[in-house]
Amino acid sequence: MEWMVWTLPTAIFFSGIAAILLGMTAWELASPSVERRGFLPIATTRGDRLFIGLLSAAYIHLAVVGFTDISIWFALGTSVLWLLVLMRWG
Amino acid sequence: MNKVYNNRAWFLILPMLLLVAFSAIIPLMTVVNYSVQDVFDANTRFFTGTEWFEVMLNDSALQAALLRQFAFSFTILAIEVPLGIGIALLMPKRGWQASAVLILITLPLLIPWNVVGSIWQLFTRGDIGLMGVGIRELGYAYNITRNPADAWATIILMDVWHWTPLIALLCYSGLRSIPDAYYQAARIDRASKWAVFRYIQLPKLTNVLVIGVLLRFMHSFMIYAEPFVLTGGGPGSSTTFLSQSLTTMAIGQQDLGPSAAFSLIYFLIILLVCWVFYTAIMNSQKDKTTQGGA
Repeated sequence: MEWMVWTLPTAIFFSGIAAILLGMTAWELASPSVERRGFLPIATTRGDRLFIGLLSAAYIHLAVVGFTDISIWFALGTSVLWLLVLMRWG
Repeated sequence: MNKVYNNRAWFLILPMLLLVAFSAIIPLMTVVNYSVQDVFDANTRFFTGTEWFEVMLNDSALQAALLRQFAFSFTILAIEVPLGIGIALLMPKRGWQASAVLILITLPLLIPWNVVGSIWQLFTRGDIGLMGVGIRELGYAYNITRNPADAWATIILMDVWHWTPLIALLCYSGLRSIPDAYYQAARIDRASKWAVFRYIQLPKLTNVLVIGVLLRFMHSFMIYAEPFVLTGGGPGSSTTFLSQSLTTMAIGQQDLGPSAAFSLIYFLIILLVCWVFYTAIMNSQKDKTTQGGA
């Protein structure tokens, strides 16, 4: 695995993504998702909301890293909060 | 509702998933790893965190390339989609003419990218190229190596020539799949040609257009070989698109960390735009069907 030049942060990142996907699968098996309409302008399933959440998290991180001096942990916190809000009310 | 969903068929995609893991997912993970490090060789590397992303996002050359890229992609979409629909509507529907036109229209699609670039490079040369000499004879000092506007117009023309057939073919197959009953009903209602197009043909084309727009957007957003061969990104950097900037950085200068960070930003942009396109088109369709049902 050395050729992939792993670092601890990227390993944690991908483990996190894998864990989320596994968790979503388990959740889907336990109680199948129903498409519904929240504060987003479109009807979404649970997976759609996760995708929107992760994609916006990427952009939040890029914006914070690229154009501000705020700590990246702040971006991470905001993203997690936003993801939770989106999953619950989106 | 007691419908039982059996999702076991999903297991059939496991081999494909494995293949994609090796061809796409694992390399992408490696790119993420590179983007947070400064890699010199197999044994020497330093962790840099988010530094490369910060550098790349604030690089004015890349920002300009990104703007050019969007301008290019949206220009060719705005030309190719209406043109493709128009051609598909004009294509003969049966007989030997239909086959002949199909083959003629498909020809540009069969030509490899760098060959298309070479063809147009020769075609537009001021000394021997048919188009280059022709335009000059008409009195306009056409020169794609000097004049950015000429270079832009030529690249857009080249892309339209190369890829409009794809949209036309998709639309043609979409049009062929509309049952005759729709047209008969339209005739009974004495619907105008425009009404037939607007309320029968265009809605029935939505699905193929989604595919067409997505494919064309992704393709054009990643365009590399054609402008590289035709103009080399010039004059100056006026036709240097994103992938060319990326290649220069990654292959030319071996700056693996910055180019990895840049690739990820590039990837996220494509992902976002495609998702927005897809959702917008699919939802506009969904609204219509629910209105129709209610």
